[in-house]
Amino acid sequence: MNIVVPIKLVPDLVEELEINDEGTDLERDFLSYKINEFCDHAIEEALQLKEAHGGTVTVIGVERDETDKALFTALAKGADKAIKITELDEAAPTHVVAKAVCNVLAGMEYDIVMTGVQAADDRDGQLGVLLGSYLGIPHVSVVSDVSIDGDTIALHKEYAGGVMARYEVASKVVLGVQAARQTPRYAPVSRVRQIMKEMEIEEVEAADADVAIGSTLRRVYTPEKGEGAEMIEGSAEDIAGKIAAVINEKRGG
Amino acid sequence: MSQDILVVAEHLNGAIADVTYEMLGKGKELASATGGALICAVLGSGVDPSSLGCADKILNVDHPGLADFNPEAHSTVLSSVVTTAAPRLTLVANTSMGMDLAASLSVKNDLPLVAYGLNVAIEDGKVIATSQLYGGKICAESELEGDSVIVSVLAGSFPAAAGRMDGSPAVETVEAPAAVTDTRLRFTGLIEPEAGDVDITQQDILVGVGRGIGSDEHLPMMEQLAKALGGTVAASRPIVDNKWLPKTRQVGKSGLKVTPKIYVALGISGAPEHIEGMKDAELIVAINTDETAPIFEFAHYGTTEDLFDVVPALIEKLT
Repeated sequence: MNIVVPIKLVPDLVEELEINDEGTDLERDFLSYKINEFCDHAIEEALQLKEAHGGTVTVIGVERDETDKALFTALAKGADKAIKITELDEAAPTHVVAKAVCNVLAGMEYDIVMTGVQAADDRDGQLGVLLGSYLGIPHVSVVSDVSIDGDTIALHKEYAGGVMARYEVASKVVLGVQAARQTPRYAPVSRVRQIMKEMEIEEVEAADADVAIGSTLRRVYTPEKGEGAEMIEGSAEDIAGKIAAVINEKRGG
Repeated sequence: MSQDILVVAEHLNGAIADVTYEMLGKGKELASATGGALICAVLGSGVDPSSLGCADKILNVDHPGLADFNPEAHSTVLSSVVTTAAPRLTLVANTSMGMDLAASLSVKNDLPLVAYGLNVAIEDGKVIATSQLYGGKICAESELEGDSVIVSVLAGSFPAAAGRMDGSPAVETVEAPAAVTDTRLRFTGLIEPEAGDVDITQQDILVGVGRGIGSDEHLPMMEQLAKALGGTVAASRPIVDNKWLPKTRQVGKSGLKVTPKIYVALGISGAPEHIEGMKDAELIVAINTDETAPIFEFAHYGTTEDLFDVVPALIEKLT
């Protein structure tokens, strides 16, 4: 089966997120982007299926600072083709990204679309569900354990508390992947560099992706801090001593 | 369009999910602001509506094809329910099921959606929703345009008690569209979690490990700390996704809710999904080198010292 993985690049949450002077969006000039971790799982699950059953894996990314790196990394891991969607605003809402991806998919042969189940910036909904709805094909969110048997795609949808529902579907379907069956593989930098010399990323301009999402950001802010933790300072030894003391007090009480 | 507030009930195995009551309680408040009615849509088969007394009216779409959640069938039905009811605001849970409903309703019915809702209000006739984004580091307040809009709400955002009300609201039976029985996506069964592992919901002391432990090679150290404390190792989602620990150890939204006496969070940043599962622990101690990690907002004690320095020292002091 042919699998397409549209990936999202999201601000690196380890970095501090700054808010613009108007307080209406992130200050995007200083943002460093990285692949959404769920998308990394989607790529891994797609590659696992390809390795077991054949077919191809195509990765699609919207242009951001780090898109080339993310796409070349996916190629280095074993994806067959990478497509970059250009000319989309950096702050494009997910409806617009979904529409742009949908337009790219229109010219492709595919059976399964795998997205990361959610991303840190999905204010207007999750990419996979939006995509499935625009394409008019079934979608399932929070998916793991995808398997293929002949023409049948089987998968699990996760609920709270470890309960899972099992579904079957024939192509085509959009799956919002929660977790791949194994830790996403690592592509060594040397391999990525080599791929950059050997392979190319296809560029496609976003066309007809304008969707009015019907909401505007009024205010963006960091959540009010609660009382917060009492921070313990000092050497590791001192800190361990203090933690042991509060734990022992609690255990005794 | 009406001024009604429509809440989409979530249920699994016949049990109504808490988030439904949370939305009903909030919906009641919003309905009194708009002057509309509070409507609860139940898409299922044989669901007992007697605990949904908070609603003024129940739209009951009862069909064997809706007995188990099917994203394709349920989203098709919800689309037609919303078209007919034309509510001012539809509230859907931002859960595994709700995710498949909210965004598809937005596309199918061409309605604005704001997701990850922590709060929703009506100000001067406008629907305002606050989303929790970027792993809980940012709140975003959106104004939704148009006379019918959707907000998907994070579980735990409103008190469930406000919406949990016995009663016998008017039940209007709605015919299910034919498409329910003819879906491309087929539900083939529920899988209950495997038993046999330790039940982390019954433990007094938990050592929660997160991505910050770096590698599963470091798990024995964390196990050692748990042993010194007389507790058990639990984990955040990335650890379980990486198969370093079984799903039975996962704390949070897609895992288990725990309320131990002591929760030691090691290398856990405190994504909202994790916080949801452990914030009611009596004593929370967090060790994380990122001083901006949200976990410190919820912990009672915290340190940014390297956990690989603190944990061995702590094991020594506790044994």
